[in-house]
Amino acid sequence: MSVTRAEICAVACSDAWRDTGEKLAHGVGTIPAIGVRLARLTHNPDLVVGDGEAFLMSDVPPLGGSAAAGGQVEGWLPYRRVFDVVNSGRRQSMMGGSQIDQWGNQNISAIGDWRQPKRQLIGVRGAPGNTVNHRVDYWVSRHDSRVFVEAVDIVSGVGNDRARAHTSTALRFHELGLVITNLAVLDYGDDGRLKVRSFHPGVTPEQVQAATGFDIDVSTTEVTREPTAEELELIRMVIDPHSLRDREVQD
Amino acid sequence: MADKTMPLEELTTHLESGMTIGVGGWGSRRKPMALIREILRSDLRDLTVVSYGGPEVGLLCAAGKVRKAVYGFVSLDSIALDPHFRAARENGRIEVEEYDEGMFLAGLRAGAARLSFTPTRAGLESSVLEMNPHLRLVESPYDDEVYVAMPGLRMDVSLIHLNRADAAGNGQYLGPDPYFDDLLAQAADKTILSVEKVVPTAELTATAPVQSLLVSRLFVDGVIETPHGAHFTSCAPDYGRDEAFQRAYAASGKDADAWQAFQQRFLSGSETDYQAAVAAFAEEATR
Repeated sequence: MSVTRAEICAVACSDAWRDTGEKLAHGVGTIPAIGVRLARLTHNPDLVVGDGEAFLMSDVPPLGGSAAAGGQVEGWLPYRRVFDVVNSGRRQSMMGGSQIDQWGNQNISAIGDWRQPKRQLIGVRGAPGNTVNHRVDYWVSRHDSRVFVEAVDIVSGVGNDRARAHTSTALRFHELGLVITNLAVLDYGDDGRLKVRSFHPGVTPEQVQAATGFDIDVSTTEVTREPTAEELELIRMVIDPHSLRDREVQD
Repeated sequence: MADKTMPLEELTTHLESGMTIGVGGWGSRRKPMALIREILRSDLRDLTVVSYGGPEVGLLCAAGKVRKAVYGFVSLDSIALDPHFRAARENGRIEVEEYDEGMFLAGLRAGAARLSFTPTRAGLESSVLEMNPHLRLVESPYDDEVYVAMPGLRMDVSLIHLNRADAAGNGQYLGPDPYFDDLLAQAADKTILSVEKVVPTAELTATAPVQSLLVSRLFVDGVIETPHGAHFTSCAPDYGRDEAFQRAYAASGKDADAWQAFQQRFLSGSETDYQAAVAAFAEEATR
């Protein structure tokens, strides 16, 4: 079986947690959830992983399964304590984004004017607090110009332009890392703007630029790495035997 | 100790139109749904609802009870968006104060401590400040930091649901997560607690650790026994979320006819009628 795009993405997500040390990993979406588990089972055994409910698990929980499904509990993390961890900085998130602009401002709240939105989404949730407290990456399962926009309607996650314009020292923990999409891995240049860090195998610069609603630096020739044999086996046999990943990303 | 138990029908004697109501739970988890349904039966209106929002926000919006919603999010968890809340927002029918989840917690803590605000980093440079023009920043007196001064959230009445309580209002949760129900009670002038079961005080600690006593009677004014009172949200370990029913609730947001039919079938009678209609719905699904 050849490597799928979903598997390339899962491995790229795993790499986002490569050098975190003993941090709480938080990933929203199927592919980031696979990435967290893969990181924990391969290069980052110190990563702390929750079950999506109130437990921290010393065994990697099955995809979509809570502690109720079995596995060794190592800690208690009800929702209120999540905010304590956020405030401590001992956490690294990969969130989704309904809109993301060139500075990494992210919107999950609503589309249109917040007073009477065209489309109400879920609300800002923890994005404002996450982005000013610890590293945040984003996962976009469908890279297109409706997501990657010139300007987001509501800033939920704080982007580099706003963080840099802030004049006090309170934003010193702001850190945007990667944006991983179904087409490429993006990171931020010295100027704080998104650029392509690597293209997934088979994806062209033209394709990424056409799917992005602002000018983006596509000059790199880097290609996102392929999974190792060990990673492929873990993804297919252990972490996601029911191939939920293929529902999020198709080839 | 005073006996604070009361029938569900007396809930509305503690409530008035225009009040600010705090609701416990989180998303579609351990919501005091029987209490919400009792509000739906009343002529209360113009309520301000303060919560980590779940279906109570959508139901109250659909019934025209809400003037303003104060929240960090509104979600049904396994279904991302509540269609009735969404409709109320997209039609501009309600006012909102939308906060970051951590800001919301800071607001509850300030409210519970009778402080006018709690400083928090969350919200800085985000649109939350623009969406809430009443928010102010505060300069640290110690260094060069600036924080959001998150105002204390205070409720006229908080409504929470737990697994068990004694008649005096000592409330106990038996699931893995307390959510924020103790803070909601402490930040309210009055709290009405619904429970799966009212038990003698001695029974509370006979079968569960003392740390499960989440809410003291100091903060509880009324206790209502409502078995399955969190339905269709989860109330671990007594029951999980009724996913099939939640899907039916979400589908009722499709149009006015769908809502009418849902209301007619499930919300037109008493709580006993509701639970009977739910049992019939479940039986239908297994046939």
